[in-house]
Amino acid sequence: MTHVYAQGDGAAETGPAITPIKRTRGHETAVAGPWTLIWLKFIRHKVALVAGCIILVMILIGTFAEFLAPALPEASKPQFTYAPPQELLFFVTDPDGSSRFMPHVTGYKQEVDKASLRRIFTIDETKVVPIGFLVKGPKYKLWGLFAMDVHLIGPLKSSDTMYLLGTDKLGRDLLSRLIYGTRISMSIGLIGVTISLCLGVILGSISGFYGGWVDLAIQRLIEVISSMPTIPLWLGLAAAVPLTWSPLQVYFVITLIVSLFGWTGLAREVRGRFFALRSEDFVTAARLDGSTERRLIFRHILPSLTSHILAVVTLALPTMIVAETALSFLGIGLKAPVVSWGVLLQEALNVRTIATAPWLLVWPAGAVVLTVLAYNFLGDGLRDAADPYES
Amino acid sequence: MLTDADFDKSQAVADDVVLTVDNLSIDFNLRTHVLHAARDVSFELKRGKTLCLVGESGSGKSVTARTLLRIIDKNGAITSGRIILRGDRTETDIVKLDERSRELLSIRGGRIGLIFQEPMSSLSPVHTIGSQIVEALRLHQAMDKRQARAATIELLRQVEIPNPETQIDRYTFEFSGGMRQRAMIAMSLACNPDILIADEPTTALDVTTQAEILDLIKRLQVSRGMAMLLITHDMGVVAEVADEVAVMRYGRIVEQGSVDEIFHDARHPYTQRLLASTVRLEQNPRAFTRPAEAAPAESQPVISVRNLSKFYGGGGKLFGGKSYAVRAVDDVSLDLQPGENLGIVGESGSGKTTLGRLILRTVEPTSGTITYNDRERRAVDVTGLSKHDLRAYHRDVRLVFQDPFASLNPRMTVKEVIGDPLFVAGLAKGAALERRVGELMELVGLDPQSMERYPHAFSGGQRQRIGIARALALDPRVVIADEATAALDVSIRAQILDLLLDIQKRMSLSFIFISHDISVVRYFCDRVVVMHRGKVVETGSAEQICTAPQEAYTQSLISAVPNPDPRNKRMLHRTRFTAEATP
Repeated sequence: MTHVYAQGDGAAETGPAITPIKRTRGHETAVAGPWTLIWLKFIRHKVALVAGCIILVMILIGTFAEFLAPALPEASKPQFTYAPPQELLFFVTDPDGSSRFMPHVTGYKQEVDKASLRRIFTIDETKVVPIGFLVKGPKYKLWGLFAMDVHLIGPLKSSDTMYLLGTDKLGRDLLSRLIYGTRISMSIGLIGVTISLCLGVILGSISGFYGGWVDLAIQRLIEVISSMPTIPLWLGLAAAVPLTWSPLQVYFVITLIVSLFGWTGLAREVRGRFFALRSEDFVTAARLDGSTERRLIFRHILPSLTSHILAVVTLALPTMIVAETALSFLGIGLKAPVVSWGVLLQEALNVRTIATAPWLLVWPAGAVVLTVLAYNFLGDGLRDAADPYES
Repeated sequence: MLTDADFDKSQAVADDVVLTVDNLSIDFNLRTHVLHAARDVSFELKRGKTLCLVGESGSGKSVTARTLLRIIDKNGAITSGRIILRGDRTETDIVKLDERSRELLSIRGGRIGLIFQEPMSSLSPVHTIGSQIVEALRLHQAMDKRQARAATIELLRQVEIPNPETQIDRYTFEFSGGMRQRAMIAMSLACNPDILIADEPTTALDVTTQAEILDLIKRLQVSRGMAMLLITHDMGVVAEVADEVAVMRYGRIVEQGSVDEIFHDARHPYTQRLLASTVRLEQNPRAFTRPAEAAPAESQPVISVRNLSKFYGGGGKLFGGKSYAVRAVDDVSLDLQPGENLGIVGESGSGKTTLGRLILRTVEPTSGTITYNDRERRAVDVTGLSKHDLRAYHRDVRLVFQDPFASLNPRMTVKEVIGDPLFVAGLAKGAALERRVGELMELVGLDPQSMERYPHAFSGGQRQRIGIARALALDPRVVIADEATAALDVSIRAQILDLLLDIQKRMSLSFIFISHDISVVRYFCDRVVVMHRGKVVETGSAEQICTAPQEAYTQSLISAVPNPDPRNKRMLHRTRFTAEATP
């Protein structure tokens, strides 16, 4: 082979040859903190981003339930039992043929079936119920504090009715009940996970950091708890709740029951991460720098864990929601007048109801499925983004 | 397809050329930019000759080699160039072949064999060594089971695996690293390839094993008349085995020629720099700056270790099992004088890292004593220190880690990383801390302006400087550097060593330098301790150990180190050492 060499000093080249596609943000990522990096990685995960938005909307719905719901959840109208959903229309056609903008729903024509003694509703195109936004409606107290009567959407005349998602067997507006149910179901997940989180992180950290017999004891405890069949145990515990307790008390007890069994997975995850991190060089370095054990845990190990914990928590939330729904569905969880998705589903228990009023099953179940899926996708996205330092 | 004119032209090419790479360019589509991993790379592989593709990490040498078999990641693409594989009167352009075509499959493993760097992950752990080679034979050579098995045994014999008849049914985890690499070679040779590509085949191996493997590859290549493409970052290996050399940098071949031309008549400044940093490690600058009487015998040692041992396992007679202990460190005694650089050298598993950890007491010794003479010349018994007193000891004796990536907390800024020991010790806060961190960064050659950055914004060499700054923050007396330069490229390695020597001139420091790399130890250390299987084999001055070793093991170790001079190949006439069975 002949001796060939590139002419000129290659010193001008200081790095590999690249052609930028996008505006590079070299300097920005250099000073970017870990959370910025996690965010940059997370927003690449489009599905998770959409899921995150859905969750955010759900939480907002839960927060402003009274304002968003057109009616009160308990307001029943016996003449409208099992009324089917009405369609929201925006334009009306005047008798002269011209159409103009006016949001409205069409009224019902009802007749009673003599054989089965059931009301049969048919849409009456001629009856127009005008709808308005930010209308005055039934009085409520926002968060139990501020007396208000403005609703986002509702019939202009307070004597009119509007059932966008239909009604139940007592003639209550399903949409309103679903919105109120969102508050209970979303919050039971969040509160339940918060309790699980505290238990899981504390016990998991102790277990993972100290190891030895402490670890042994905690791990055996976790195994005992997670080996119990959950449904019968929930049933037993929920059945032990006295009937005289107020719905709010029942709500908190159910949250506690659900979370008492949710912390085990979290504790294991935290322990595993602790084990991995404890032998990392940078932790050894911090130890040799003279850090106390408390500083090691809180300054060096836990910050590396937070993003992972966040992801695990997001994945634990849907199990909480499903657990609550299951308990309420079985009739041992939350009870009326508290409204949750599980309580709503309870009304869709028998086949006859589903045949006459399928919306009672479709909407609450749809809300549960949508939320659970959204949490799972969000959790997956967070888990992928949790460690921005992996290549 | 090649035109007739092309074919006629290529007929003119010497018959011994089996593969021609012509202006090959490879791009990788990354999220924010296109990386030109290889740019206009051209070379030829000749029958019976070895071409070494040498370069530092990220130079594109591995990607180029893998492209010859068309095994590049999904986001990579060949943008231009040809790879012409020549057979008996046939020419194939590998670039034009379809990814899944039968032709390409028969070339992979059939005409071009590949040896990977990591022999553990490139062999399946759930199949026996034999069944993996048998599979290759049956796929490519259409042999029946009996023939294939016989051929496999023959192959294992050729790669000098003892007792091939029994070893054929062993699993990979029963083999040592060197044996696995031999099995890997046997596998890649199974179908009599014309070309052997070896991608850093000995990087994961000990120096004596490396010598044996290189020796074996070289002999097999000559006896089979194969062409070989060897990829390496080690100029020593290049000098030992190459016929021709191509130096790569940032995806370009900056210089290529015969091994003699490259080593003795390098023209490109990068090649010259690369050689200079390799050759420089062959000398000991301290031998000139500091005469031998610098360490007077009457001075009190900073650290003295007596009869230190660490056994793992053993004593477990609870279930009537055999009391079997691994003697990681076995009865080691050594002294570290003030201002001295003590090297601890050994192959993997020799206990050198454990010894370093024992001195720091992050690992508790089984027996023996460590005495530390502190600044007031009081003798401190390190083995008996309480947790609290150990903290004061750790202020004086600091550690620099091997892995510059794992040893810095990725969630802290550089200021926090370097300032952490100062902050914890309560020595500085706020503006004073910032000033001190700035000084330390300047001391290690980093720009203090960048202290608000996170470690991920720095290169490997810069990170190692951050790690050194952290170690120096508390004004230590002893720094234990555990393979501190092993993860770095050779030019950066020399820079870091020079930095440490420079710092030593300014601060009164002693170093314990743990390394498997004899050239680094020779460059850096005054005295060297050679360890083998937990025991100290030999102690002496760096020059004496490297030029006139007394013990048989040291001799074999030193002679196995590749010499970066093709006119003086050391490895081929090395002394061999067969250790007696462990007691």
